[in-house]
Amino acid sequence: MSLRNCFSSPTEPALLLAAAVFAAGAWLMPAWLAFLLTLALAKALVVLGVVIQMRAGLVSFGQALFFCIGGYGVGLAAQYLGIGDAFALLALGTVAAILLALACGWLLTRYREIFYAMLTLALSMVLYGVLVKSSALGSTDGFNVVPPSFLGWVPEGDARKRTMYLLTVLVAAVVAIGFHRFMVSSLGRVTEAVRENEIRVDFLGISPQGVLFVNYVAAAGVSALGGGLTALASGHIDPDMAIWTTSGEFVFIAILGGTGHVAAPFIGAIVFSVIRTFAIQEAPHFWQMTLGVILLALILFLPKGLWSLVARDRKREVEA
Amino acid sequence: MSAILETRGLTRTFGAVVAANDLNVSIGQGEIVGVIGSNGAGKTTFINMVTGYLPPSSGDILFDGQSVIGRQPRDITRLGMARSFQVAQLFPKLTVLENALVSLVAAEGPQPSLFRPLDTPERRERADAIFAEFGVTRYRDALVSTVPQGARKLVDIAMALVSRPRMLLLDEPTSGVSSEEKFALMDTVIGVVRQHNVTVLFVEHDMEIVARYVTRLMAFYSGEIIADGPPRSVLGDARVQELVVGHHLDINAVLGAAA
Repeated sequence: MSLRNCFSSPTEPALLLAAAVFAAGAWLMPAWLAFLLTLALAKALVVLGVVIQMRAGLVSFGQALFFCIGGYGVGLAAQYLGIGDAFALLALGTVAAILLALACGWLLTRYREIFYAMLTLALSMVLYGVLVKSSALGSTDGFNVVPPSFLGWVPEGDARKRTMYLLTVLVAAVVAIGFHRFMVSSLGRVTEAVRENEIRVDFLGISPQGVLFVNYVAAAGVSALGGGLTALASGHIDPDMAIWTTSGEFVFIAILGGTGHVAAPFIGAIVFSVIRTFAIQEAPHFWQMTLGVILLALILFLPKGLWSLVARDRKREVEA
Repeated sequence: MSAILETRGLTRTFGAVVAANDLNVSIGQGEIVGVIGSNGAGKTTFINMVTGYLPPSSGDILFDGQSVIGRQPRDITRLGMARSFQVAQLFPKLTVLENALVSLVAAEGPQPSLFRPLDTPERRERADAIFAEFGVTRYRDALVSTVPQGARKLVDIAMALVSRPRMLLLDEPTSGVSSEEKFALMDTVIGVVRQHNVTVLFVEHDMEIVARYVTRLMAFYSGEIIADGPPRSVLGDARVQELVVGHHLDINAVLGAAA
């Protein structure tokens, strides 16, 4: 099989190239920037979960639920099960989120529009409430996550930060390619058809609810991965991971980046993190206002997000 | 002729309004049946019940001898009964080709693949054959929302036929279509369904269309069937002319125009 046959579209080698450039930057960029990018890429994975729901016509105001489950899954497995390997910890956090999504998705995919948005929000706030009241889990303070090992290797100092960054780039690249394939797959495109006309999808012989369910579970899994990476990178988890403002931030980034392409959440998350960092530095008391003004400007001038600046063909949102 | 669709005592009420009252219908394989009636007569309610969109208050619906009561529309589609809509139900922000590709995926099975792309050469080829059959090839790459109403109706019907149903229900296929286009549209549709030996039941207000294409006609009034038979006898029925058509109909002129 030739290399060309390995890729389903030009997007995939482009994503791999971008990942290689990011990975090479690990030895060139200052530690603070690598850390900022680690958190931004982890956040982008959660936003990707928000975006695939938006493509199905649903807005989740509670994606922080799975972000938090992923983070706490990692933290709890490290603390109480004694698991130290980053890959195993991420897998556990993701599996926990998927199991929860299987139960929640059964309920949520029966609802649409504002009811769906509010129910997702409610579920994330239930988790927040439980965590805040759980003194065994550190209550509002949360707890620290033990530094992980990487397939038996335990790096120290800057090497640990660099390894964490590289792991995040690797996971982001694999997920981006996987979700690109998902978006152009039969199932991925039928989710768009569900957004456009659910009744028609039903009369064609496909269950719209079933399609949305798979979409919801996939979104939960990828969001938990983002939460797990955040927990490992920052070394700390707390209930604020599940609070509604965190979910709002993910929706903000989704709008900022756009929903037109798998790369859009990554662009959005990086731009958001850079803007926020500089806004806090330059105007610490007004940084939220800065972000608010940017969002307003974006809705007015770039309603399809930053990705619309990149996309040449604006009629087609997903390239073949 | 064996019945492909049968309803027994089919009744549907909305509060005090009886939209369908004890309907007993038997439609044979290969028939092309027209349904006429004034607004509120219960025509669309009948189609909605038969296709699983609306549960009946009482009675039974048998498709190919099998009861479809309680089944979801998608399950009934999978049994071999498809439908189109009064207002074409498409995916407006997708292209005509993408609409057809989604229908082709649906025709392949109830669970779309997570691994296979929507757009494959085989599906494109099949979609192109469908477009050629329905004469909508020139709209292939246009967004559905930009396509003329007549073509949209054809795409809607084509999508229903992609699953190779044994029965097709059309709800006012020529509504919103210009008088110049309506015969061309129906010629195309009836030509395709005859070729595939599909049983058709269609609701229509246009008597010329009805007279030209159906082999049997049912007239609905106030949730009941007041006449059922060959178009000449139903359209010539004094009660049908009074309650459904609303005026005296020169049956020879209508049938002559339709011929």
